[in-house]
Amino acid sequence: MSNKLRKVLVLGSGALKIGEAGEFDYSGSQALKALKEEGVEAILINPNIATIQTSKSLAKKIYFLPVTAYFVQKVIEKEAPDGIFLSFGGQTALNCGLALERRGLFKKLHLQVLGSSVRSIQVTEDRELFARELSKIAVKAPKGGFAKTLDEALKIGQKLGYPLLIRSGFSLGGLGSGVVNNKEEFIKTVSIALKQAPQIAIEEYLKHWKEIEYEVVRDKDGNKITVCNMENMDPLGIHTGESIVVAPSQTLNNYQYHFLRKLSLQVIEHLGIVGECNIQFALNPKNNDYRVIEVNARLSRSSALASKATGYPLAYIAAKLALGYSLPEIKNNVTLSTSAFFEPSLDYIVVKIPRWDLQKFVGAKEIIGSEMKSVGEVMAIGRSFPEVLQKAIRMLETGQDGLLGNDIDDTKLLPTTERLFVVAQRFARGEQIEDIYKATGIDPWFLYQIREMVTFEKKLLNCHSEAKPKNISTELYPSLTLRMTKKVMSEAKKLGFSDKLLAKAFGISEGGIRRFRKKHGIVPRVKHIDTLAAEYPAKTNYLYLTYHGNETEDNKIRVTSDESKIQKTLHSYPSSSYPKKAIVLGSGPYRIGSSVEFDWCSVTAAETLRSKGLQTIIINCNPETVSTDYDCADKLYFEELTFERVSDIYEIEQSASLVLGFGGQVPNNLAMNCFRADYKILGTSPENIDRAEDRNKFSKLLDKLNIEQASWQSLKRLDDALKFARKIGYPVLIRPSYVLSGSAMNVAYSSTDLKKYLKSASDVSSEHPVVISKFVEGAKEIEIDGVGQNGKLLIYAISEHVENAGVHSGDATIVLPPQKLYLKTVRMVKNATKKIVETLSINGPFNIQFLAKANKIMVIELNLRASRSFPFVSKVTGFNFVEMATKVMLGEVLSGDFNTIDLDYVGVKAPQFSFSRIKGADPRLRVEMSSTGEVACFGDDLEEAYLKAILATGFKMPERSVFLTIGGEKNKLDLLVSAKELFHLGFKIYATEHTSEFLSKHAIKNIRVYKISERKTPSVLDLLKDGKIDLVINISESRSNQGETAGYLIRRNCVDLGIPLITNVQAAELLVSALSSKKMEDLEIKSWDEYVG
Amino acid sequence: MMGRLVLSDGTVFLGESFGKEDTTSGEVVFNTGMAGYPESLTDPSYFGQILVLTYPLQGNYGVPESKFWESGKIQVKGLIVQNYIDHPSHFESRKTLGDWLKEQGIPAIQGIDTRELTRKLREHGVMLGKIVVSYQPSVVREDIIGIYDPNKENILPYVSTKKVEVYGEGRKNIVLIDCGAKENIIRSLVKRGVRVTRVPWDFNPLTSKIDSSLVAQNDRGGGLDFDGVLVSNGPGDPKQAKDTIKIVKQLLEANIPTFGICLGSQILALAAGGETYKLKFGHRGQNQPVMDQFNKKAVITSQNHGFAVDMKSMDKDWKEWFVNLNDGTNEGIRHKSKPFLAVQFHPEANPGPIEGGYLFDEFLKYVK
Repeated sequence: MSNKLRKVLVLGSGALKIGEAGEFDYSGSQALKALKEEGVEAILINPNIATIQTSKSLAKKIYFLPVTAYFVQKVIEKEAPDGIFLSFGGQTALNCGLALERRGLFKKLHLQVLGSSVRSIQVTEDRELFARELSKIAVKAPKGGFAKTLDEALKIGQKLGYPLLIRSGFSLGGLGSGVVNNKEEFIKTVSIALKQAPQIAIEEYLKHWKEIEYEVVRDKDGNKITVCNMENMDPLGIHTGESIVVAPSQTLNNYQYHFLRKLSLQVIEHLGIVGECNIQFALNPKNNDYRVIEVNARLSRSSALASKATGYPLAYIAAKLALGYSLPEIKNNVTLSTSAFFEPSLDYIVVKIPRWDLQKFVGAKEIIGSEMKSVGEVMAIGRSFPEVLQKAIRMLETGQDGLLGNDIDDTKLLPTTERLFVVAQRFARGEQIEDIYKATGIDPWFLYQIREMVTFEKKLLNCHSEAKPKNISTELYPSLTLRMTKKVMSEAKKLGFSDKLLAKAFGISEGGIRRFRKKHGIVPRVKHIDTLAAEYPAKTNYLYLTYHGNETEDNKIRVTSDESKIQKTLHSYPSSSYPKKAIVLGSGPYRIGSSVEFDWCSVTAAETLRSKGLQTIIINCNPETVSTDYDCADKLYFEELTFERVSDIYEIEQSASLVLGFGGQVPNNLAMNCFRADYKILGTSPENIDRAEDRNKFSKLLDKLNIEQASWQSLKRLDDALKFARKIGYPVLIRPSYVLSGSAMNVAYSSTDLKKYLKSASDVSSEHPVVISKFVEGAKEIEIDGVGQNGKLLIYAISEHVENAGVHSGDATIVLPPQKLYLKTVRMVKNATKKIVETLSINGPFNIQFLAKANKIMVIELNLRASRSFPFVSKVTGFNFVEMATKVMLGEVLSGDFNTIDLDYVGVKAPQFSFSRIKGADPRLRVEMSSTGEVACFGDDLEEAYLKAILATGFKMPERSVFLTIGGEKNKLDLLVSAKELFHLGFKIYATEHTSEFLSKHAIKNIRVYKISERKTPSVLDLLKDGKIDLVINISESRSNQGETAGYLIRRNCVDLGIPLITNVQAAELLVSALSSKKMEDLEIKSWDEYVG
Repeated sequence: MMGRLVLSDGTVFLGESFGKEDTTSGEVVFNTGMAGYPESLTDPSYFGQILVLTYPLQGNYGVPESKFWESGKIQVKGLIVQNYIDHPSHFESRKTLGDWLKEQGIPAIQGIDTRELTRKLREHGVMLGKIVVSYQPSVVREDIIGIYDPNKENILPYVSTKKVEVYGEGRKNIVLIDCGAKENIIRSLVKRGVRVTRVPWDFNPLTSKIDSSLVAQNDRGGGLDFDGVLVSNGPGDPKQAKDTIKIVKQLLEANIPTFGICLGSQILALAAGGETYKLKFGHRGQNQPVMDQFNKKAVITSQNHGFAVDMKSMDKDWKEWFVNLNDGTNEGIRHKSKPFLAVQFHPEANPGPIEGGYLFDEFLKYVK
């Protein structure tokens, strides 16, 4: 190591958003770990409070501030670091670094950019520069040109001919990209793209070329390796974040593999990367022609995937290289004996499938393409393609099991989120591989294997008539069925079929299949991921299960519980049943409603268990997480979170206890099955979890405790639902049972609404009836997060929502400690909580949501597990709720007085939306959750914390003008004070017809503008497009859908044009109050420990 | 048809045959490369060996025309994989791997827990083994009788060319002593503008006479007109190649620029008075890191060897050129003052990484 560094600033990536998600918690955490190892003081800026990197143990100081040039500069001035990491916080950190470079800040403050130079980053970010650099070393880039205006673009387009691919630089996840087939589409896409980015690329469209990626590492001395190559199953044209991806490549021969590898090394050398980069190729499947599509000179989603796929800790190594190490100086962290200068050899296959949540967005299209829309991903490891594909399908947690047992519309082979299943259906109907290949460009290698799986599944479905989906015609293969024999069972398991599916096919229980299998010795075997294909022994326990193997690897590395630590604990808490081994279940793929916050909970729980001397095991299947770092626990099973797989592991890991309370709803849903199987479970009894989850049982319990709830009923038939709704009066809330983030939740204001929504609600889960409840308008929403200890309330935190009830709690702005609650309300909430904790003998984490209106409180729901807000309340109050809950679950007795209310500062958690990624989606907030992430910031008061928080989600401070369009009399009156304030602050106010009249009537000078439908000037759209408006406040009248088209167009244009938008009355009030009391300069640059001492 | 692999210690792995339905035996070795089975299977260095591929899916891209192979036929005695893919997809594919194996008479078994097998070979060292394809149940005692051991005889006659052949047009002539040379060594040299004269393993270019009008003879009354010698890769224990060692000794004495690759490197070391020894389980893969001791650059290399040069045994005139970064074994030697150099790995790649190709240039510098 050559550099002598004292203090290094690390930029995080902020909130999770589409195109930039949990993978950067993984990379940032590894970078911090590397810094810590070197004794370098790390300063982290990241407003994402739910991350592991913003935990106390990793960085010396943490700033929960926006990762923008303004704030980062302030922190640099205050902290005077001597080095900065730009490549561990995704595109956000990289862009911020480039902005700081433009300000000349690095030079001025003698701040060393560690790792790849800013110049090499600039080259990879600017497509024109990039193409020029590639041509210098005779490496091919796609043919095309660059345009800054529509005219320039058209000229290039005409020269190349259609179809063309439009791509924009400086963007994450390919925003404003797409294939265009004609001039009309061309103009439309280019216009949008040029609004998002200063420059776009227009390229030849390489239809159905393969897309291949390499992860490349280079040190300062020029030693370089490719750590992993990956093949996208979906051909070029579908964003790699939207593609099913396998590692290593499956259809490349030796020449192609090594030819592209050599090019990767050549490019990284020429660009002078120090650290890690990702390079994407297009490869012509008919010859060996290629193009370099792009290079990401930073850790990326692909590099996180490659790290998990190979066991090579890319981010950690990249950080070490940035600190001046050379690759041969570093040891392989898995073997601890061989060199880090090597290329992992995989003796297994990995598949990644993206997870989409497009049904959560009103108006979103299911088509996928060159823009990223997925919100998460899963990775499966196994020893055959069918095995890993089936594992991954189940890991997605979308209710799919197998390829056929669903009702997916198979008429379209367009790339959609469900294309894999459409392909399967087509094969089931007897279509030919060549035809599917022509339509999709998916290499026949994959298609053959999918067809093999389909053939088998069809035979299974034929076994049992009830298992047969309606849309599969059996006439084609009428006689093909299977009998339950050892041979069939073994083949089925090798092809990845679940016990559940086999149980359906053979008409017996899942347990029956399991018993049959075990009797015949058909059980999965444990294999290590060791980076060297068994050539050298691994010193880590990174594991997966497979049916392609005869033997479970005997573990040469003894991992045992630490008796001395356990004894120390036992000394103070005598208990004969103290567990020595625990399995923590992670949260599965990130999706709307369940993301990095549950990873923080799982990791924190595992750390606590380890610190208590227990042998700790993690099961998870999400490559974007820290919990799937193999050194996070004593053992990591990169596996499914299904009951079958958890049972397999439970049986292999004898005498372990299960920890289900920290991975969100996925592990929580397994509680009853595990209970029935008599598995040992730590924490609150599953029977009581069921009493909280089952609405009937929970409702009875609340009645008994005299705690109010909105009237509700669980109904199976539309008639009954309509009757009940009439009885309790509209509006009513509709939701299916067992939900997280309210899938298909809706508010109906009339019977027409109800009829419309019921269709979608019943689609979500046919096994569960729909629940109709009274929707209380104008109520305040309160959350309580806490830990119960044998039925006593140990610690709790009360937070209030800024937005009134009606906005999903995951989309709400949350304030801690509450600033606007009556003491009486606080007391009532606390008392009700105590009663519930006692009645359910809660022993571990919980979360309750309350409604408060007119001095009355009502319970909305109870979760007997850690909730989304656990990291927030832990980090704001300074008490680690997860750590406490874990200790309590182990039987430790904790006590103390925990002040979580009388704090000298305020924490505000704000949602991050990714509407700009989802074309056509309406950004209005609803009862259905649509945010993809969150941030939280601190302030001395509510306004300061709020402003910082929304700035951290991309809000821009308005400078000159505000556009108001407020539906409904009540809303107008509610916002009158705010409108006056805006006027007094000197903003130019624009307003539509009724709002304008109302404002004028109250002596607020404003400019009347016209809705699009009015076809007069100045029209709203023109103003928005011309950049005349800095902020839009659009409140729609919730009761009616009238005028909604106009409202939608305004909102959508705000999103597409990047104009800040507020759609909620309470949020608007708070924003105006914040704007009137704070300027940018008033937002203090204080680290976490300066608030929470 | 069922098939099994029986190791000399009596361990049996059961699987399914997908090659020639026949019995075969040899030394069982594993290779960790993830692509490149057509190249590996035709690499004469595997002669006498049963190859275990650790990557679990094999056959994915079929088999290309013979011009892409590393020799005229499959050289391994048998092949062991986890999952054989019978539906290849590649524009260069001409047949499936299974058909090719059958055509060439090579037994192969799939459905073997290749990771477990590899771990076994790693722990115990390489073992002899036998592939048995039959409906009969396993009779271990009979199975392990008569297993062929390729290290017990000089096997170069089986893999070397029988006649002298010339490739390329260049002015400079490189004699390739073919101990089982991979085709890509010839391609790599020819690409660099030299002529290659491929000679049998026991052909002494200084003295041997040939009756070919194609090859220019020198005026010493025997031998060829040539500028340098490349001693190729090949199978087996280098010490069995006594004649080749003798020839190389003479070449060194004559100060002829000499480059050894793999077995060639070991032969060079033995010719220079050094020693070689058998590695526990060898290096076979495409991810082997070596460090150039002269310029301190690290290179990823393709390797396939079961023996290594003992650096301690080398005369002080020889320097250690390359060292394996994983286990510290020797990966190349170079004479301090004379034009003799050798690498244990495969600069010609095929399969494997291609950046080692610069070593041919390094050698050819002496020839210019």
